[in-house]
Amino acid sequence: MSVLVNKDSKIIVQGFTGKEGTFHAGQMIDYGTNVVGGVTPGKGGQEHIGKPVFNTVAEAVSKVGADTSIIFVPPRFAPDAIMEAADAGIKVIICITEGIPVQDMVKVKEYIEDYDCRLVGPNCPGVMTPEEAKVGIMPGFIHRKGRIGIVSRSGTLTYEAVDQVTKAGMGQSTCIGIGGDPIVGTTTKDAVELLMNDPDTDGIIMIGEIGGSMEADAAYWVKENATKPVVGFIAGQTAPKGRTMGHAGAIIGGADDTAEAKMRIMESCGIHVVQSPADIGITMANALKA
Amino acid sequence: MNLHEYQGKELLAKYGVAIQEGFIAHNLEEAKAAYKKVEEKSGSPVAIVKAQIHAGGRGKGGGVKLVKNAAELEEVAGGILGMMLKTPQTPGGLEGPGKLVRKILVAEDSYTPEFDQCKEFYMSIMMDRAEKKNVIIYSTEGGMDIEEVAEKTPDLVHKEHIDPTLGLLPFQTRKIAFNLGLSGAAFKDMTKFIAKLYAAFVGADASLFEINPVIKTGDDRIIAVDCKVSLDENALFRHPELAKQRDTDEEDPTEVEAKAVGLNFVNLDGNVGCMVNGAGLAMATMDIIKLSGGSPANFLDVGGTADAERVEKAFRIILRDENVKAILINIFGGIVRCDRVANGVVEAYKNIGDIKVPIIVRLQGTNADIAKKIIDESGLEVHSAVLLKEAAELVEKLVG
Repeated sequence: MSVLVNKDSKIIVQGFTGKEGTFHAGQMIDYGTNVVGGVTPGKGGQEHIGKPVFNTVAEAVSKVGADTSIIFVPPRFAPDAIMEAADAGIKVIICITEGIPVQDMVKVKEYIEDYDCRLVGPNCPGVMTPEEAKVGIMPGFIHRKGRIGIVSRSGTLTYEAVDQVTKAGMGQSTCIGIGGDPIVGTTTKDAVELLMNDPDTDGIIMIGEIGGSMEADAAYWVKENATKPVVGFIAGQTAPKGRTMGHAGAIIGGADDTAEAKMRIMESCGIHVVQSPADIGITMANALKA
Repeated sequence: MNLHEYQGKELLAKYGVAIQEGFIAHNLEEAKAAYKKVEEKSGSPVAIVKAQIHAGGRGKGGGVKLVKNAAELEEVAGGILGMMLKTPQTPGGLEGPGKLVRKILVAEDSYTPEFDQCKEFYMSIMMDRAEKKNVIIYSTEGGMDIEEVAEKTPDLVHKEHIDPTLGLLPFQTRKIAFNLGLSGAAFKDMTKFIAKLYAAFVGADASLFEINPVIKTGDDRIIAVDCKVSLDENALFRHPELAKQRDTDEEDPTEVEAKAVGLNFVNLDGNVGCMVNGAGLAMATMDIIKLSGGSPANFLDVGGTADAERVEKAFRIILRDENVKAILINIFGGIVRCDRVANGVVEAYKNIGDIKVPIIVRLQGTNADIAKKIIDESGLEVHSAVLLKEAAELVEKLVG
């Protein structure tokens, strides 16, 4: 088992024929991911890198039974692409696109609430279940199949954690990049909950950053519901107040969303908090032994 | 992206929000002309001169002053234009160097003639990330530091969340106006004021509106006297006219330069410069620097294409900071191949020539081993590391 995506997921790529879509779809296919086609309005009926192109997501659902979508559509069209996927019956929608206006995401969140689907992202590296499905832009080779679940708001920092887990002799069940925007489809708590309920995950690594209350919400949930060890890190201990640090969501608004405040809450909820990002892998290994 | 007060007011006025009228001036001549226009419009010789910089607390530093006649205007405007204005929010605070005032707003005094009848309120609109909805925050305690009000008298700060699909509803505007203790004509005007203000917020894709104070005038009109407006950078493609209003004079010149070449840079005051791919890893690298006994001189995300040209630009920007005693390059190569980054580092290093501070290069991921070889064999004064832990130890050795 795993969560969100696996070898049986039927994946389509929205923005399939664009530069980003083409490159990353190719990488996904090379990894062995079950990509069943792609969507580019107006290019339906063609074939692209060996897979069928459809005009609409609905067509992809009815013709090849797509149940998962990854979105590489530019920011001004991405909100529409997410809603189209939800309306077509896609169950897992993973939006990689960075730079979607916040007010658009507020409307998207509200819209997809009426559908039985889960949105991951936007502004995220995607979701990875090693040796089964790479649905994102992460480098496949650093992963190894295993029993550690990873949740993170960042891209390269997630790869760092993955690499440390692999080098510490463990592997990953599923890695979920939830994205660095102020409004994301799947929150830290949602992702931690998925992994906590996954019988094939033994430990969870939760990587957060400054800004917002997602890590605190997740920590309070962990306190009540944890059945396996959780290791946590918050990036941005030295970030100044009121400045956006790369990710649109990484900005300290008040006293509650600093790295220090979040780490304190996580610690009080029984999470193994690491001060140094170099200690993520080793801390997980030790937590599992205890 | 932040707007100046006068730009924010122009935006509000476009949506029909009543504002304190005023005119912008870049020099004394323009200030005199602006004063004349204000006097004609308001029918009063009393006016307010307000320094236009991107920082709050301007009154505390002497950047906002009342004038009673043309002679006073000349004296006050001459004093504020060109001054280095220090406020609690300018770099370094009241002890810092302050910010150069390049323009002033000459505005009507909305509090006359019946000063005693005026009432000040606080109102702001922003995104509540936890609720995933816009929220209007308001209080009867206007003209004060709202964070202080919220701490001392939380009962006096109210919140109204807005449904994303339906928008602001009429009963909500009435609720706010009642909670602010208004009645009669002022009540009616406040409901209109709130509706228009919210329309402006949504219409401009703003991330923050802070109107402090909103006042009820002696003759029961509701007016925005000050305004702080921040816009969602990601939505600027929909608002080219607002995008043009960016005032780069108000931003850190190094940050502006970095942005122009696609680098995401934030200036800090530490002693270890850093160059990283990815925002999360960049923040984590800053944390590592701190834990190793240094302090980060900057945040720098080079993005997905760390080629020689970008690395060289990033180098040059970091090296300009005289406080920098060491530089840590931390790249996790995924799609980016580490050997290419290593070649970029070597090439950039040679192009710049005389680099006097030690450089730590940590390349991990795709082709990390080849990259380490390139760095080690380059003959440059570069310390290479593969594990993040090793990089941390090198920082400690060099500056800790």
